[in-house]
Amino acid sequence: MAQTRKARERVSKIWTIVGLVAGTVFAAFPVFWMLSSSFKKNSEIFAYPPQIVTEGFSLDAYLVILTDPVKLRFFGNSYLVALSVTALTLIVAVLAAYAFSRYEFKGGKGLNLVILSVQAVPPITLLIPFFALMVTLRLYNTYQGLILTYMVFTLPYAIIMMTAYFNTLPKELDEAAKIDGAGPMKVLTRVLVPISVPGMVSVGTYTFMIAWNEYLFALTLTRTEDMRTVPIGIQLLMGQHSYEWNEMMAMSILGSLPVLLLFLFFQRYFIGGLTSGSLKS
Amino acid sequence: MTQLSTSRPKVLGVKAQRAKFMQSLTPYGFVAPVSALILVLMIIPIAIVIGYSTLDNVIMTPESRFVGLDNYVTILTDGTFYIAARNSLVFTLGSVTAHFVLGLAFATLLNTRLLSPFVKTIFRAIFILPWLFTVAIIAVLWRMLLNPNGIINYLLVSSGIVDVGVEWLSSRSTALLAVTVINIWAGYPFFMVSLLAGLQGIPRDLYEAATVDGASAWQQFWHVTLPQLRPIIISMMILDMIWTSQQFALIWLTTGGGPINATEMLPTYTYKLAFSTYEFGLASASAVIILLLSMVLAFFYVRHQKVKD
Repeated sequence: MAQTRKARERVSKIWTIVGLVAGTVFAAFPVFWMLSSSFKKNSEIFAYPPQIVTEGFSLDAYLVILTDPVKLRFFGNSYLVALSVTALTLIVAVLAAYAFSRYEFKGGKGLNLVILSVQAVPPITLLIPFFALMVTLRLYNTYQGLILTYMVFTLPYAIIMMTAYFNTLPKELDEAAKIDGAGPMKVLTRVLVPISVPGMVSVGTYTFMIAWNEYLFALTLTRTEDMRTVPIGIQLLMGQHSYEWNEMMAMSILGSLPVLLLFLFFQRYFIGGLTSGSLKS
Repeated sequence: MTQLSTSRPKVLGVKAQRAKFMQSLTPYGFVAPVSALILVLMIIPIAIVIGYSTLDNVIMTPESRFVGLDNYVTILTDGTFYIAARNSLVFTLGSVTAHFVLGLAFATLLNTRLLSPFVKTIFRAIFILPWLFTVAIIAVLWRMLLNPNGIINYLLVSSGIVDVGVEWLSSRSTALLAVTVINIWAGYPFFMVSLLAGLQGIPRDLYEAATVDGASAWQQFWHVTLPQLRPIIISMMILDMIWTSQQFALIWLTTGGGPINATEMLPTYTYKLAFSTYEFGLASASAVIILLLSMVLAFFYVRHQKVKD
């Protein structure tokens, strides 16, 4: 009996290891190939047979990207837009979440429902009116236009997550501050915000990621090369002369670094936020 | 005097009432910014796109004509629209099913008690990798991997599965499959992470009770794990359907909807109507139809969330 149980456990251990190895290959091989290709010469990308590490290991592709002012500008634009969206989203979301978490007010439930359903509005539906609106408001091909646009996509999620976070904080904290004569704004900024840093970090990373990755509106609402963001920049690389695969891969690695680093540092918040936002609304 | 003394509490009452009224306004102040943004960037744009969908020559010329539902009739009688709808359906159902199966498989692997928490954290980070890359980068990467001379064809040819390299993305028979596979790779981690959280939340004693009853591992999975995960699975599937059916960048950057409509989806179809042929009226009608389809899914999602609470 004990023997069969041990044998069964061994079998399940073997299957687990097989699964983990297969999963690792499936998930990580493409990423590994991107990394390896970014160190190759372009002529070696489709070498036959394929080479994992080439003799011609070089950082040339990275140097090309990092010394080209046009491409550096893509990165600058992406950082500017994504950081602005993150800051503004956090401010607006914290204010709204405070109301939803601490007040019962007429229309509150309705507004909450609107915010929840806004998530389901297809970006493509908004694209045409946004295009018209941004041209009319003279925000076409500007940072402000992109920042405002992205907030529509980041806010619902951020508000839902922040509300859930505030709901976990005891109301006695507010009451204590109120007895000391603090107004609602003071309660929020002096009491709730300081202890909500973990929640704000996960909302912030998620928001940054959405803004950093956005493609459709960046493509449509900007026109000139100096306003383009990284996702568009990579696409532009595809169009130019021949395909410089090694440069595209180097730019992809550089373009993924911010999100990868955020993930590395904030893994716990990241995953916590990811699950709480979509499931507890 | 008497008058004064009687009116005094009255004045105070008004003051108190006003203070109370002002207090009741406080939450509205806090939700004012988001309300303004939603009004300007959501309600008004939806009104605009519905308006555009009833106009002819909109945006391109200063004078546009009201044409009623003509644009909708044109879209709904366009063969390409149905091809796009069918492709979107295949792409969405294929992706969502595979996301669920892979996500559950990976989550179950990561939930094992055979590994130490530290090793699990490492594997979780590896399995989550695809989710950390933006769609534009994923598209470029997979164009390289699926290139006729690329690594995937090399592996397939050298292992004898195919005779010559396949043009995965530019052949009519494989393009839809190829973009679906790319999307599966890109999207399963989201399922995995949520299901893993769900698995960790299942009380241990449920399994212990099942073991006492003599349930096999498979029976435990079928009668304990799946029913416990059901609410998460349903929410995730509806959300994923909404997101996948709206996928634009991946298609646009790998196949552009081609070859000859083979991977045309509703978003690329709409985008082309607007920004390639400048038929903004028709594109708006198509965009409104997509909105309605999404709202149906959103309705089920919200209803499901309510039932859960």
